[in-house]
Amino acid sequence: MSKGLNALKDWIDARFPMTSNWEAHLSKYYAPKNFNFWYYFGSLALLVLVNQILTGIFLTMNYKPDADLAFASVEYIMRDVNYGWLIRYMHSTGASMFFVVVYLHMFRGMLYGSYRKPRELLWLIGMGIFFVLMSLAFTGYILPWGQMSYWGAQVIVSMFGAIPVVGDTLTLVLLGDFNLSDATLNRFFAYHVVTLPLMMIVLVFVHILALHEVGSNNPDGIEIKANKNPETKIPVDGIPFHPYYSVKDIVGVIAFLIVFCTIVFFAPEFGGYFLEHNNFIPANTLQTPDHIAPVWYFTPYYSMLRAVTVNFLWIDAKLWGVILMAAAVVIFAFLPWLDRSPVKSIRYKGPIFKFALTMFVISFFVLGFLGMEAPTPLYTLIAQIFTVVYFAFFLLMPWYSKIDKTKPEPKRVSK
Amino acid sequence: MADSFSIENEMNGRRRFLVAATSVAGGIAGVGIATPFMLSMMPSERAKAAGAPVEVDIEKLEPGMLLMVEWRGRVVWILNRTQEMLATLEALEDQLADPNSEKDQQPDYARNRTRSIKPEILVAVGLCTHLGCSPVFRKDIAPEDLGPDWLGGFFCPCHGSKFDLAGRVYSNLPAPTNMVVPPHTYLTDTRLLVGAESKESA
Repeated sequence: MSKGLNALKDWIDARFPMTSNWEAHLSKYYAPKNFNFWYYFGSLALLVLVNQILTGIFLTMNYKPDADLAFASVEYIMRDVNYGWLIRYMHSTGASMFFVVVYLHMFRGMLYGSYRKPRELLWLIGMGIFFVLMSLAFTGYILPWGQMSYWGAQVIVSMFGAIPVVGDTLTLVLLGDFNLSDATLNRFFAYHVVTLPLMMIVLVFVHILALHEVGSNNPDGIEIKANKNPETKIPVDGIPFHPYYSVKDIVGVIAFLIVFCTIVFFAPEFGGYFLEHNNFIPANTLQTPDHIAPVWYFTPYYSMLRAVTVNFLWIDAKLWGVILMAAAVVIFAFLPWLDRSPVKSIRYKGPIFKFALTMFVISFFVLGFLGMEAPTPLYTLIAQIFTVVYFAFFLLMPWYSKIDKTKPEPKRVSK
Repeated sequence: MADSFSIENEMNGRRRFLVAATSVAGGIAGVGIATPFMLSMMPSERAKAAGAPVEVDIEKLEPGMLLMVEWRGRVVWILNRTQEMLATLEALEDQLADPNSEKDQQPDYARNRTRSIKPEILVAVGLCTHLGCSPVFRKDIAPEDLGPDWLGGFFCPCHGSKFDLAGRVYSNLPAPTNMVVPPHTYLTDTRLLVGAESKESA
C-alpha cells in the first residue's frame, strides 16, 4: 500500500472504526474450518436481498400503485421499458429463490442444531427475518393486481378477520376500505417498498451482529471457542472469514447465478410455479379463478389452513385453520427449547431424531404439493394426516430427543 | 445540594418520582402522536361515502340463471331458482350446518328455507364465509368431482366449502356460516334494490 493510502487509512481510523470493524467481522472473524455445502445459503440469502432491493428500486420507477393502472403498468414494464422484462424477471425469480435459499438455510440450522445454546437469540432474529420475508412476498404479490393478486389478498386479509374481538377492526386497518380496493393496493405498496425492506435490512444487520458475537456453529455442532491457542487466543479450528470463506462463498455465488440466470432467461414463469398463469388476467372482483393456490413457498401452510374441517371446543374450523397455519410458522421459533438432545449435530444424534427429521421433510413436501392441488376429500384426508406429522415433529421433540441414543461428540472438528 | 449528586443518592425518592413522571408524560405524548397515524389507516371519508345501493332489473332473468352485480365492491348474486332447484333445499337439510338460518347472516325477512323474499329469487353476497373467495355456481347434478350426492349449489374452489342453492353451508367444511343475504327490496315486481330496504333509507 502506498504511503498516501496508508495516511488516508490512519486519518479515517482516527475518526471512524473502519479497520477495527473490517477485522472484527471479516479478516479476524474466525469461523470453523469444516463448513460444507450447507453453509452457502446464508451468504446467498444476502445476495438475493441485494438483488431484490436493486431490481425493486428500478421497478418502482415505472410501476403505478393504482387499482386502475397497476396491471397495465406491469405490462408496460414488460413490453415497453428498455430491459424492463429482465429487471422484473430478476425480481420475481429472486422472490422464489429467496425462499429456496432461506428454507435451505433454516434446514441447515435444523441439521446441525445451530439454534441451540448460545445461538437461541440468533435463531429468533432469523425467525423475525423469515416473518418479514413472508410479509414482503405477500405484499409484493398483490402489486400486479392480477386475478391471483386480488383473490390471494382477499384470502389472507380474511384470515385476520377470523381473529376474535379485534378481527374486524384489524381488517379495516389492513384494507383501508370496507373491501379490497385501490386503498389496499396503495398501502400494500408502501409496506412492500418502505416499511418491510427497512425492517428486513435492520434485522439482517442484527442477525449478523448476533452471529459474530456467538460465533458460527459447524457440522459437528461443537464449540470451536472451547479450544483456543493459549498464545494467540485464536480457536485452533478457526480460520479467518476473509479470505477463506469469502473466496469459498464466491464459488457458491457463481453456481447460484448459473441456476438463477437459467430460470430468468429460459423459464421465468417456471411452469406457473413462480408466476401463476391466472395472474396474467387483470383482477376481477366478480369472479374467483376456478383453481386458486398460493405461490409454491406458501403451499405447505395453505394446505394446513384448509385441512381443518371440524369445529373443536368452542372455536370453529375457520379459526382453527388460521391458528394452525400461524402455529406452523411460529413453531420453528421454539426449536431451541424443544430440542433436549445432549448433542447438537445430526452427525451424533440417534436414529429417532433422524427418522423424525425425515418425516418432517416428507410432510413439508407432501403438504406443499397438496397446497397446489384442488381440494378433494382424499387430498384433504392426506393433508390432515401430514399436518399431524408436521406438528408431531416439533411437539414430541422434547421427549424423543431426550431418549434417543446419541454418539459422543469429538473434541476437534472433523471433515 | 452537593450531596444529591453523590452515587448513593442518585435514585432518591424525589428523583425516582421525576423519572417516573416524565416517563408517563412521554408515554402519553407517544400515544397521542400515534393516534392520528393509526386513524389515518381506517377507511377514509370517501370510502365511507361510497356504497350506494344498486337497482337491478330482473325481468330478463330466466329460471336457472345467475346474475352477478357489484355492490360496495363485492359481487352479489341474483339467482332465479327453478321449481326443481327449490325442491333440493329440503332434501339437503340434514347435511347443512345451519339449515334454519339461526345465525345472523340475513335480514329477518330472509330467515326462511329459501332465504329470500320471493321464494325463487335468491339475493346473496357471492363470497365464501370462510376466506372470501367467490364460490362457483355448479348447477350440474352429481358431477364427477363433487360426488353423486351433489344436487346443485355453490362450490368454493379455494378451500372446498360447499353451499346449497339458498347459500346455506354444508357442515364439516371450512366455512363456518351461511352466505350473507344483503338487505334488499322489490321496488316493482321486476325491479330489485340491493343494499337498502327502501329507496328512502338509502
